[in-house]
Amino acid sequence: MGDNVIKALNNVSLEIEEGEFLAIMGPSGSGKSTFLQVASMLAHLTSGQINLKGKDVTEYNEIERSKLRNQEIGFIFQQFNLLPRTSAIDNVALPLVYAKVNNSERDRRSIEMLQKVGLGDRLQNTPAQLSGGQQQRVAIARALVNNPSIIFADEPAGNLDSKSGEEIKKLLIDLNKEGKTIIMVTHEPDDASIAKRLVIFKDGEIVNDSKIKSKKEVEKKNHNIIQDKLSKKTKLKKKK
Amino acid sequence: MRDIFIVAIKAIIVNKVRSLLTMLGVIIGVGSVVLLTSIGTGLQAYVEDQFAALGTDTIYVVPGTPFAEGGGVGGQQSVIERTKPVLKKQYLKEILHDNRDLIKDGLLMAMSIKNVKYGDKEKKISLLGTTANFETVYNTKAEKGDWFTKIDNEKKSSVVMLGPTVAEEFFGKIDPIGKKIKIGSKTYRVVGILEEKGGGFGGPSFDSYIYLPLETMYDDLDVQFINNFTLEAKEGVLIKDAIKAVKKTLLKDMDEDEFTVVDQAKLLETINGILGMFTIGLGGISAISLVVGGIGIMNIMLVSVTERTREIGLRKALGATPNTILIQFLTEAALLSITGGMVGLIIAYLGSLALQPYFPAKVTMDAVIMAFGVSTAVGLFFGAAPAKKAAGLSPIEALRYE
Repeated sequence: MGDNVIKALNNVSLEIEEGEFLAIMGPSGSGKSTFLQVASMLAHLTSGQINLKGKDVTEYNEIERSKLRNQEIGFIFQQFNLLPRTSAIDNVALPLVYAKVNNSERDRRSIEMLQKVGLGDRLQNTPAQLSGGQQQRVAIARALVNNPSIIFADEPAGNLDSKSGEEIKKLLIDLNKEGKTIIMVTHEPDDASIAKRLVIFKDGEIVNDSKIKSKKEVEKKNHNIIQDKLSKKTKLKKKK
Repeated sequence: MRDIFIVAIKAIIVNKVRSLLTMLGVIIGVGSVVLLTSIGTGLQAYVEDQFAALGTDTIYVVPGTPFAEGGGVGGQQSVIERTKPVLKKQYLKEILHDNRDLIKDGLLMAMSIKNVKYGDKEKKISLLGTTANFETVYNTKAEKGDWFTKIDNEKKSSVVMLGPTVAEEFFGKIDPIGKKIKIGSKTYRVVGILEEKGGGFGGPSFDSYIYLPLETMYDDLDVQFINNFTLEAKEGVLIKDAIKAVKKTLLKDMDEDEFTVVDQAKLLETINGILGMFTIGLGGISAISLVVGGIGIMNIMLVSVTERTREIGLRKALGATPNTILIQFLTEAALLSITGGMVGLIIAYLGSLALQPYFPAKVTMDAVIMAFGVSTAVGLFFGAAPAKKAAGLSPIEALRYE
């Protein structure tokens, strides 16, 4: 066991332009989450290189990474990850606290962002007083508040009913139209189809990288790849 | 920093009951340290006051060696030594004769406890047999009436002086001068009441004695024993020289280990030394509860870090550096501890106020500073491990934690 090295990602190279909207798909264990963690500077690479805005950031230490995440990256999580018992405005302001922005400026920018996601009237509500869709919109406001260059979204609509999910997706489309770079991990072809570029991971490698033309195309490609995996498994079983 | 404070205070308030229980350890720890040391220092201050009432140019000759190794005031040896009748009247005469240029005056003192009766009131009172010059040596004047005289002593007159406390107890508002009281089976006439003085060798206050002529006491009350000689040094004489000379005189009659010559300073130093050890001992014992309180903080902080793993991960993802997280949790631990320390201090202060009618407890500024410092240190020390754990969490692991 101990000597077996499991490569979550192998020989992956991806170049993402400013303003792109990327959907990353793949079956579980394909390496898509690992890619997200590494690319968003949450996890360290064992080998390879990450460049951000033309700068090699691979060897950044914890403090530099914290700063980079704070300045350049916005996160949207499947479980929202809002601080409980904390008002929407304070939740949104959290990145600005670590960016050492002063109090009044923090409030001003947080209110602005909450208005942008349509929650201008829910500033003082705590997560428990908000619906799932509203909570995710607070999380999006938080992701935007420090004006990052990239937004990483991990199954942003995964925990929401379809109506709220649609609202969130519409918000993401609007953000991309405003020029934000968005990298979204999802397993729903329906969600992926709002992006412009589709990257599919499998067994730690990229098996598809193409422009998205239609929802049907996304469904088909995703289906094929998952089927392929299933057939491989059955093959293995037969061999035994 | 302000934000870290707010986050820490919020975390404490959100878990009110838990925070309170955590603080309880520190509250009890700091409270008991402060209260017990306040008792110790209060005792020291009390003793100092008592001695100050006696004057500073006074030298005592006492039987035995209560201040040597193995002695100690109230120690086992001193009790045995003090009951040895080694001091004799003759020695005082020799001292006064041989050291005329150093010693101004001197008296001897005998003590006893007897049943005293006036009317239907009856009580055990401490008696002090001495000579008329007690008035000048101890600088204790008669508030009412007059001191008994040298002649009273020689004639063994049945007269007494009352300490103000005794006078109040037996006579209340009645003027006691000329009244008769019974000590044992004999009757005595009250000739005077002393002014209020305090003091009294750490024993009963001088105000609560009945004073009678030494010779009367010897004759009537079957007292043989001389408690001490009290000598008054001449003005401008170095106490050290006077002690040396007195010793030299006494060595002609006694062995070196049969008596001790001391002055106020030495007495005070010895007693303060003992009380100091007593204070440190009390403080040390109660410090154990402070350690236990600190461990309580560490325990709760560890629980808190585990509970808030997800929150920590999120904060890190959003840009909190490991240091920021470390400081946040240290602040929380220190805040818990300091708040506990302050509450403990207040309780100790109220406790010392409640004790004051019965006991001279005294909360000093030192104790306040110590309580603040120690509780901060406890918080930082016991908060360090949990805070480090929090700071070292990987943001991915933390975010994945359910």
